[in-house]
Parts: sequence; C-alpha cells; structure tokens
Amino acid sequence: MSETEIFDKVKKIVTDQLGVESGKVVPEANFANDLGADSLDTVELVMALEEEFDIEIPDEAAEEIATVQSAVDYISNKVAASA
Amino acid sequence: MLDLTGKNALVTGIANNRSIAWGIAQQLHKAGANLGITYLPDDKGKMEKKVAELVEPLQPSLFLPLNVQDEAQVHSTFEAVGNTWGTLDSLIHCLAFANRDDLTGEFSSTSRAGFTTALDISAYSLIQMASAAKPLMTQGGSIVTLTYLGGVKVIPNYNVMGIAKAALEMNVRYLASELGQSNIRVNAISAGPIRTLASSAVGGILDMIHHVEEVAPLRRTVSQTEVGNTAAFLCSDLSSGITGQVIYVDAGYEIMGMSGAQASS
Repeated sequence: MSETEIFDKVKKIVTDQLGVESGKVVPEANFANDLGADSLDTVELVMALEEEFDIEIPDEAAEEIATVQSAVDYISNKVAASA
Repeated sequence: MLDLTGKNALVTGIANNRSIAWGIAQQLHKAGANLGITYLPDDKGKMEKKVAELVEPLQPSLFLPLNVQDEAQVHSTFEAVGNTWGTLDSLIHCLAFANRDDLTGEFSSTSRAGFTTALDISAYSLIQMASAAKPLMTQGGSIVTLTYLGGVKVIPNYNVMGIAKAALEMNVRYLASELGQSNIRVNAISAGPIRTLASSAVGGILDMIHHVEEVAPLRRTVSQTEVGNTAAFLCSDLSSGITGQVIYVDAGYEIMGMSGAQASS
C-alpha cells in the first residue's frame, strides 16, 4: 500500500470519527488542537485505524500519534513490516 | 427456546459499536426483547448523538441519559421505565470507571479519591440500580452485571478496578440473597478481555489479550456477541434456577494454572 493510499484511508477515518470537514484533515493537522478530538475521540480513532489496517497500535505508540502525518508514518512502517 | 418476546430490558453502558453492552443489546433484541437504552450524557451531547444512531436499528422504546453519580437522574430513569413500561424484566448493568492513572503503575499509590470514585461508579451503582429496579420487577426479573477475573486474581495494571470488581461480585451475592424472595435473579458475567473504549484505559490491554490467546483452552478471546448470548440466557427463563453466580465467558482462561502451550513445547 502506498503512502498516498494510506493517507486517503486515514483521512476518511478521521473525517468520519471526528465529524470534521475533510478539507481540514491535512498532514500537519493535530488531532486535539486542530480537529477538536478529546481523549475518548483519540482512543476511538486509534481503534478504528487498527481495524482498517489490521494492525495493533500499543498505548506508547498511540501517545506519540498527535497529527495526521504521524498516524500515516506509523501505519506505513507497520504495514511495510508485516508485508 | 430462548425467547424474550414481551420482556422489557433496560441496557446501560453502550458507548460505541465495540461496547460489550452493545453486543448484549443486539442479542436481547434478536431474542425479541423490548429495549430501553441509557447513555452517559456529556456537555456537548456527543454521546447522545452517537449512541442514538448506533441503537436506532434496535428500535428502543426508551432512550435516556443516565449518570449513576447523579441520584436524581437515576430516579428519573426508573420513573420513566415505570411510566412507559409499567414493569421491568431485565436490567443490564455495564458500568465501570477508574481514573486512568489508577489503571497502570503501582497499586499502592492509588489515591483515596480514585478508590472512592472507582468503587462508587463500578460497584455501588449496582446496589443503587437494583434498589430502583426492584419495585418495577413485579413479575420477577433478572439483573446481569459485568465483571472481570481481575476482581478475583491479580491482573497487572487492573489495580483499583480489581477491588471494585471484587466488591461488585459480592454485591451480586448479597443482592441475589435478598431479591430472590421477589423472584429477582442477580448474576454476573466475567468476560475475557475485549478491546473496548473502557478496556483501552487499562495499561497493557493488548498484552493481556495476546496472553489469553495463548493460554485459554479455546486459544482465543471472546466476542461481544458471545457475552451477549450469555446475557440473553441469563435474562431468559432458561436460566430460571440460576442466581448469585459469576458465569465465566472467557474461552476457559479462568481454569488454567500453567499454560498448556508452554508445557508441550
């Protein structure tokens, strides 16, 4: 899966989960500060990403994922590692 | 065989489509029960909107806010049940809370406030709701709560929630003893670890799930649907002789001492 494909999927999940306009979901967008995610939203987002990409995101990694790009990077690494 | 047609069941604790309570609500609906759903209200009304959309296909005849720390709201919830349904047959209690800080690290550093909150929301709430449900269960009834092995044995990071579940399981026994005379049964389901919004707060939940997948006799964890099926059984007449029990729905994990997988390798 290319990084663009991963970004598009992440964008769709973020848009659905947080109920924000897709135009706001840019790589540098911070989930909490820019997209209004509270702590429960963040947990749900992480679980939705796990489901979509069939990966596991441990707590320590989840804490590091603050922006859309950081989510894409983490997933790209995971998906590449399992391929 | 398993038929809940004409039975009124109040289900608490649905937060999203991963909630164990959601698995229970679906199976009760499948068995024909008439559902009432409660949600934990928040300032922005986000939870109300989300849960309402989720449960819409189950066509609940009651949909109410319920924060068990709000005495007046508990009262008004059960008043609404009485006014709308007249009688209540089943109550599903799927509520627990502990501060995230108390679900990781050293148990001995649990604060008094954290202890009190965890026990209040996770254990006292069953007493409170059973008391409110009792006068509405005029034709007998079934109360089902959710517990976890961490209330009986030490599970890393479960910490204060283990103490709350121990209290909850004892509540089940004392309530069963008293309410039995009114033909109200009270049981707990001890589910294996499931990835939910609530369990994500427990440190190392993924490790717990992997451990169960290696050790449990069935070599897997359980689903929300499997817990839901057992809850439907406990709400039905098929379980009419069972009360005061903790039923393990955990792929058999609870019976294991040493892992069979390790022994054979």
